[in-house]
Amino acid sequence: MSRELILVLVFVAATLLGYRLIKSVPSLLHTPLMSGMNALSGITLLGMITATLGAVAFHSKALGVLGIICATVNVVSGFMVTDRMLKMFKGSEHKEDKP
Amino acid sequence: MNDTLYYVLSALLSVGVLLGIRWMSRVETAVNGNRLSALCMLAAVVMVLVRGGILDDSAIWLGLAAGLVLGVVLARAVRMITIPQMVGFLNGLGGAASAIAAWMTLQGTVALNTFEVATGALALCVGALTFTGSMVAAGKLQRLLPQKPIRLPSHQMLTVASFLAMLLGLVLVVVLPGQRLLFAAITLLGSLAFGVLFALPVGGADMPITISLLNSTSGVAAAIAGMAIGDVLLVSVGGIVGASGLLLTQIMCHAMNRKLSAILLGKGTDKPAPVPPVQPVMETPAPVVEAELPPPKDAAQWINDAQDVVIIPGYGMALSQAQHAVKQLYDQLIGAGKRVRFAIHPVAGRMPGHMNVLLAEVDIPYDMLFEMDDINPTMDKVDLAIVIGANDVVNPAANTAEGTPIYGMPVLEVEKAGRVMMLNYDDKPGYAGVPNPLYQERPNVLLLFGDAKESLEKLLT
Repeated sequence: MSRELILVLVFVAATLLGYRLIKSVPSLLHTPLMSGMNALSGITLLGMITATLGAVAFHSKALGVLGIICATVNVVSGFMVTDRMLKMFKGSEHKEDKP
Repeated sequence: MNDTLYYVLSALLSVGVLLGIRWMSRVETAVNGNRLSALCMLAAVVMVLVRGGILDDSAIWLGLAAGLVLGVVLARAVRMITIPQMVGFLNGLGGAASAIAAWMTLQGTVALNTFEVATGALALCVGALTFTGSMVAAGKLQRLLPQKPIRLPSHQMLTVASFLAMLLGLVLVVVLPGQRLLFAAITLLGSLAFGVLFALPVGGADMPITISLLNSTSGVAAAIAGMAIGDVLLVSVGGIVGASGLLLTQIMCHAMNRKLSAILLGKGTDKPAPVPPVQPVMETPAPVVEAELPPPKDAAQWINDAQDVVIIPGYGMALSQAQHAVKQLYDQLIGAGKRVRFAIHPVAGRMPGHMNVLLAEVDIPYDMLFEMDDINPTMDKVDLAIVIGANDVVNPAANTAEGTPIYGMPVLEVEKAGRVMMLNYDDKPGYAGVPNPLYQERPNVLLLFGDAKESLEKLLT
């Protein structure tokens, strides 16, 4: 099996699996979910690192560093904000009557 | 590190991310789910650094360190009310990074096959339009740009032209790979312009959909860039993010009764909001005079009388920062032995689930926050519905006013409750521009106009 085919199959499989899993997330948590997903989209950082490694010319290297900064901010900030949000969700301590 | 080991580790990390998402489906495990995803990401970065043998590349370390510091500062500074623009902004950065990675792949010295050139150009295009689209959306949410739909002269034509330039560049990159940088540049410019033109006409109410959609494209951009670079982890994680954004977009579209295609083409929001279509169901409300309103002591009486209360927050609550006052009201009602529930409309706020975060921030228990479909069947047993800064999502005209933007949109049926108290800024229609029949004189509706926070504080004393 060619590498291209594997990559496309992985994409399809990941999309379907992700779709199924995310369907079970309640709308209560949609904002943290989205911001967590946003952080994950910073996975492109790996691509940036690989691309920057291959860069020789100074301007390419500089462009690479810019991309790495963008992606790192995306990842770090995304996960931290999600953590901040999720920690705020607290249940009631069984004193209120449940509907 | 050989390829087999790399594939195995990539698969493991993908499973870790999926497990993290699974944990996100329950509040109790969500914090750990997010941390697991973050840990997998960290492991992935370390893996790439080791695999590339780049431990001594100072430029890469510089980029990582700068990004880390900026990211931490940003995450600590952000306020919960501004989460939508924060997510939009970070989305844009992710899109930009994917576009840069794709560009560097295309201009690199390594020989590329057709698949790599094609996916590289596509990643460039999706990443670039995610970048500009997200930045415009974030700018609108931050009020750096007007929140109203903006339409340039011959907007539709410009949109089509930029889209065609994007497409043409894509095709030519593949057909004539000899000139690939020139055509990639055409694609890049077309995509950047398309992102701007797509996001400018988006009005306030369509923002949740746009943010969800751009979230999806940022994932797709990463996945396609992964195909160009040949990195399987980028492809799998990017695919997951793409699916998530798409699912949320569908949920939002359904909740607003909008077709995705209409929003993509900037339709619907074109209708100038101040001139809504004539509605046969209602007469023009008489000009509201503040003095005509029942004195606030009635409000206190209504609250006293009610046993079963539903509170419906909207973006107006967030705008006036009334969450703490809402929490006080909640405590007071609970203290008086009443049953209190919060009803959250799926599109209340500026992104999916935004209201829940704002209420959780002021320590309102999350098990008191209910979805529309759970509340509506019980609405006729509710004694008092308190609407705080929400309009379109409780507008009964959605069921009757054919031809208006909200016709057919599922709404919270507050008119079925025994009494309704509306704490809105004024009696102007909401973003959709459809007048709300609840603003007409009705014996069981109490209107408290003004800043939501001030109105609440009056209620509390």
